[in-house]
Amino acid sequence: MDSESLVAALTIFVLALFVGFEVITKVPPTLHTPLMSGSNAISGITLVGAILSSGKQYSTLTTVLGTLAVALATINVVGGFLVTHRILGMFRRKS
Amino acid sequence: MTTSLINLAYLVASALFILGLKGLAHPRTAVRGNLLGATGMLIAVVVTLLSQEIIGFGGIILGMLLGSTVGAVLAYRIAMTAMPQLVALLNGFGGLASVLVAGAALVEESGTIELQMSIATAASGLIGAVTFWGSLVAFGKLQEVISGNPVLLPGRHALNAALLAATLALAAGVAMHPEQPAFYWGLVLLASVLGVLAVIPIGGADMPVVISLLNSYSGLAACATGFVLNNTMLIIAGSLVGASGLILTRIMCDAMNRSLANVLFGGLGASPTAAGGGKGDDLYAGRIKKADPEEIAMLLDIAQRVIIVPGYGLAVSQAQHSVRDLAELLESRGIHVDFAIHPVAGRMPGHMNVLLAEADIPYEKLLTMEEVNPLFEQADVAIVIGANDVVNPAARTDPNSPIAGMPILDVDKARTVVVVKRSLSPGFAGIPNPLFAADNTLMYFADGKKALVDLIAALKG
Repeated sequence: MDSESLVAALTIFVLALFVGFEVITKVPPTLHTPLMSGSNAISGITLVGAILSSGKQYSTLTTVLGTLAVALATINVVGGFLVTHRILGMFRRKS
Repeated sequence: MTTSLINLAYLVASALFILGLKGLAHPRTAVRGNLLGATGMLIAVVVTLLSQEIIGFGGIILGMLLGSTVGAVLAYRIAMTAMPQLVALLNGFGGLASVLVAGAALVEESGTIELQMSIATAASGLIGAVTFWGSLVAFGKLQEVISGNPVLLPGRHALNAALLAATLALAAGVAMHPEQPAFYWGLVLLASVLGVLAVIPIGGADMPVVISLLNSYSGLAACATGFVLNNTMLIIAGSLVGASGLILTRIMCDAMNRSLANVLFGGLGASPTAAGGGKGDDLYAGRIKKADPEEIAMLLDIAQRVIIVPGYGLAVSQAQHSVRDLAELLESRGIHVDFAIHPVAGRMPGHMNVLLAEADIPYEKLLTMEEVNPLFEQADVAIVIGANDVVNPAARTDPNSPIAGMPILDVDKARTVVVVKRSLSPGFAGIPNPLFAADNTLMYFADGKKALVDLIAALKG
C-alpha cells in the first residue's frame, strides 16, 4: 500500500465512522440487542480476507491459517445474522 | 472477474450494510434491514470466490461448511437469556479470524511489505487477540464457567501497564521487521494475556459495558485487517461496527454514571463493605412492611395506572410469561399497564426488551427510562420484580453512595411500590436500598415467578 492509497483508505475509514455514528444513534434501545448481534455478523466481513488467504494456496501455513479463519468468520457471520433474525421475529409477531 | 468489477460489488455490499443498519431504526423495518445486511455479505463472499486469486476451494468449502453448521446450531439453540454469552463468543471468533488473516498476509507478503501495511498487521493482531481472549473470559463469566466476581490480582495495574508496554514494543517490532513472523506471533501471545487480564477484574454487573466494548473491538479488528489487505469494504464494515459498539458502550456507561476507565479498572462489587456498604440492618430495622398476594391484589383492584419494573432477577426466575399474564389480566380490567426498562436492566444493551418480547409483550409497552420517569407520579402502583440498584433512590439523594448520580427509575414516586424479592440482600453494587424501607413500599418476599402466579390467583379469586 503506497501512501496515496493509505490516505484514501484513511479517508474512507473516517467517513464510514461518521456514517456509523449517524445511523446507529437512530436505533432505539428496544433494538440494541439485535443491533449488537447484527453488527457482529457484519464484523464477520473478515471472512472475505479469510477466503483469499485460504484459496490463494501460497503455502501450507497460510492455507491452514486461512481455512481456520474461514471457519471462525463463518460462525460469526451465519450465527450473527440467524440469531438476529430470530430475535427480530419476536418483535414482529405482535401488533 | 476483474478487480474493478469486484470492487464495484464490494461497494454494493458496503451500501447494503449501511442500509441494513439503518433498517434497525424501527422494529417494523428491522427484519428487512437484517436481510439487507445478510444479502450484502452474500454478495461480498460470492464475488470474492469468483476472484482469480483463488485457486483452491477445498479449505474454503471445508471452513464454510463447518462454520455454517456451528453458527446455525448456536443461533437456533441459544436461549434468549444466554444472548450476551453468544454475542461475546461471536465477537471473539471474529477477532481471532482477524488475527489469523493478518498473520497469513504477513507470511505471504514477507520481504515486500511496506510500513503502513505492517503497522496495520500489528494493529490487527493486537486488537484481534485482545478481542478473542477478552470475549472468552466474558463468555466464561456470563456462562458462570468462571466466577462472575471481579478477580483482582495484587499489583494488577503495574502488571497490565508492563504488559501493555511489552505488547507495544513487539508491535513496533512487527512494524519494523515484518519479515520476522516471530514478532507477530509474540505480539499475539502477549495481547492474548492482556485480553484475559483486562476482563478478569470486571464484575458481572459491568458486563453490558464489556460486551459493547468488545463488539466495537471486533469491528476495529476487521477494519485493521481491511488496511492490511487494502480492502475498502472491510474498512467500511469494520468502522460501522466499531462506531456501533462505541455508541452502545457510552450509553451503558452513562446509564451507570461511570466513566469507561472506572468500569475497566474499578472492580466494582469486589468489596461490598466499602463506603455505604453493609447489609443495611440499621436502615431496614422495624421499617419493612411485608405484604401477601391478597393485600396486593386489593391494591391493584382499585388502581388505574400500574408500572411494572422488571430486572434481571425476573429473567433468572423465568417469570417473563407470568409477568405478561399479570399485565394482560390487569389490562382486561381497564387498568393501564406500562413496563419501565432501565438501560442496564439485562446483561447486554436491550437484553430485557428481548426477554419481554419473547414472552409476547408488545414493544410499545416497553418504555425507556426517559419516557417512564415522568409517569411514576401518576402511577397508583409500581411493581418492581428482580431489580435493585436501578431503583435505589440513594443514587439521587445520597452523594456519598457508591451509585450516587446514577440515573435510576423513580419508582419511589409512585403512590404505592410493591417490591417482589426473595430477601433484603443487596444487588450488584453491594449496598442497601432505602426504597425497601420507604413508607409507601410493600415488600413481597418470594421467588419472582411464584410471586406472580400467586398474585394472579389472588386477583382472580
